[in-house]
Amino acid sequence: MIQARKPKLAVWKFASCDGCQLSLLDCEDELLTVAGAVDIANFPEASRAVAKGPYDISLVEGSITTPHDAERIHKIRRDSKCLITIGACATAGGIQALRNFRDVKEFVSIVYAHPEYIETLKKSTPIAEHVFVDFELRGCPVNKMQLVEVLNAFLNGRSPITPKHSVCMECKMRGAICVMTARGIPCLGPVTQAGCGALCPAYNRGCYGCFGPMETPNTRSLSDWWEQLGVTDPDLVRAFRGFNAYAEEFRKESEAHEA
Amino acid sequence: MKPKNRINKNITKNSTNGNQRRRIKVNYMARVEGEGGLDIRIRNDKVTDVKLRIFEPPRFFEAFLRDRKFTEAPDITARICGICPIAYQMSSVHAMENALGVTIGGPIRELRRLIYCGEWIESHVLHVAMLHAPDFLGYQDAIAMAKDHPDIVKNALQLKKIGNDLVTILGGREIHPINVRLGGFYRAPARSEFNEIREKLNWALETAMGMVRWTATLPFPDFEQDYVFVSLRHPQEYPFNEGRLVSNDGLDIAIDEFSQHFEENHVVHSTSLHCLKKDSGNYFVGPQARYSLNFDRLTPLAQEEALKAGLGKTCRNPFKSIIVRCVETLWAVQEAIRIIDNYEMPDSPAVELEPRAATGHGCSEAPRGILYHRYRIDDEGLIKDAEIVPPTSQNQATIESDLRTMIPKFIYLEDEKLKWQCEQAVRNYDPCISCSCHFLRLNLDRDGAMVSLP
Repeated sequence: MIQARKPKLAVWKFASCDGCQLSLLDCEDELLTVAGAVDIANFPEASRAVAKGPYDISLVEGSITTPHDAERIHKIRRDSKCLITIGACATAGGIQALRNFRDVKEFVSIVYAHPEYIETLKKSTPIAEHVFVDFELRGCPVNKMQLVEVLNAFLNGRSPITPKHSVCMECKMRGAICVMTARGIPCLGPVTQAGCGALCPAYNRGCYGCFGPMETPNTRSLSDWWEQLGVTDPDLVRAFRGFNAYAEEFRKESEAHEA
Repeated sequence: MKPKNRINKNITKNSTNGNQRRRIKVNYMARVEGEGGLDIRIRNDKVTDVKLRIFEPPRFFEAFLRDRKFTEAPDITARICGICPIAYQMSSVHAMENALGVTIGGPIRELRRLIYCGEWIESHVLHVAMLHAPDFLGYQDAIAMAKDHPDIVKNALQLKKIGNDLVTILGGREIHPINVRLGGFYRAPARSEFNEIREKLNWALETAMGMVRWTATLPFPDFEQDYVFVSLRHPQEYPFNEGRLVSNDGLDIAIDEFSQHFEENHVVHSTSLHCLKKDSGNYFVGPQARYSLNFDRLTPLAQEEALKAGLGKTCRNPFKSIIVRCVETLWAVQEAIRIIDNYEMPDSPAVELEPRAATGHGCSEAPRGILYHRYRIDDEGLIKDAEIVPPTSQNQATIESDLRTMIPKFIYLEDEKLKWQCEQAVRNYDPCISCSCHFLRLNLDRDGAMVSLP
């Protein structure tokens, strides 16, 4: 069948740092090609032009943190054939989900002089907790080449190829020496999903979990190893409470080490 | 597809009792980073109210930094902004080092300047070519602009990429780099790692000069204000991470005196706090302030190109910020070349720091202006209190003041054009709303006629 029109792409922002949608503008070599393959119907960071839905692909960045946003995501879902969440905020609630472990009222009063002006929900939650999501792309930030791969896959009606194994595999693939066994540096690599290309170990530091939990991670065992390296419970809590703090496996592991 | 009635729905005009009222509203500002809008009310051709509304959801960084380790500040605060993570990393490491009484010199200091050069180039070129230039030439976006000006957009993309490459070599990736830590870096690059980028920087230098000359040809409205500019100033260098805070109205203070001279106010229409100078109110931070206060610290080439582009040593026309960004980009390319050519790998990539109870202040020049951090830590190195003042919250009041002054000059424009003019005026500041919330929609109410333009 001849395609009569280019697919309509929309980009939406919720609570986030803008970094994941910026990844699209950071595809300097691919940007004009991608822009040629789709009709950019809503991408306020890049364009004033706004076209009405429905949209073929919606990329959603950010987490749900306000009553208004909890409503807005439903309208976006209704207007989107395919909804893809991008980044740790959208897939796990982001760093702002640290509020989920504390009293948000106290948080508001620490930052704002007039807490009564601020409307916010008790928890920062991933998009999938509110609406059906067709595909989740992990990362804080997402890997831009994975983003191009996901767009390519959905535009061509196939499944995206994004590995679900751990960062450890990426270390082996790039020939990086294990920072934990060789140098005793605590590393979240064994329980963290691949995607960054094992950046931190390649720069002599331990992984800090940007891509969230891998499939069936053995977090308990990793915590035992960390304890043998002298890491204390409060530090384990902080390690699992990073940019994917509210992802189930990391959340449970952090709670297990709370006093 | 621009249905007239859709715009009309958002424009309310009312001329009862002989009162002419217009309201222009931008519900969601485009080509800025983050979520904000603009609400402008006009009565009898007089601007009665201007509100830059920021509805970016608050994320409470200052609150959840409490009880995190002092070493975590650079990685956590980077997540405030995906466009200027280096600024957050630099302000936080300098604040912590200030608390612990440590000053880092030598090659590590130079590498910090180099990674900042990368961020300035990337962020400035993104704004100049992708976000701001389309306003001057009447395009909705850079992609539409690329059809008529392909070389401008393609060259800008390659220049932006070189900025990103610098950040990536030093930081591992362009957004939320992983290599910056207290005391220095996790890994210092070998000299040879700069070989490829060093070649590209020669092209970047020519291209940046070309961009200064090209932006100088854009049409600029005749608009100037007598601004209070605030920036860092260093005895020898164009400022990045160090120096004193100075202004053109006599301010000259150490970074740790910030809170004695500036205050943050919480206003109802914004989730970003408005920051004011206690003695003079509104002030202006960013490339234009830096340039106007530090012209003498630019390289001779950057000075020469700036003057040839028609800028004075002080620039009071905020629309010309687009030229200033290109001048700073040119300067940053030269600075990167200087650093790389003189680079010697440090013996150790970082200085180890031991925590102690203390308070530290840091202020660095983010692409959009000064970014102030203050932390109080305890003996264990846990953060007990944090304060972060980003550039956009400092510029908000000045943006509103610009609009109040500018609109009467453009009052004859029809609503859609007036709205675009207002948007362009806001984009002069390259506002970064995710940063400030810690921002844009335009509502223009002209004699009761409300324009709410998405």
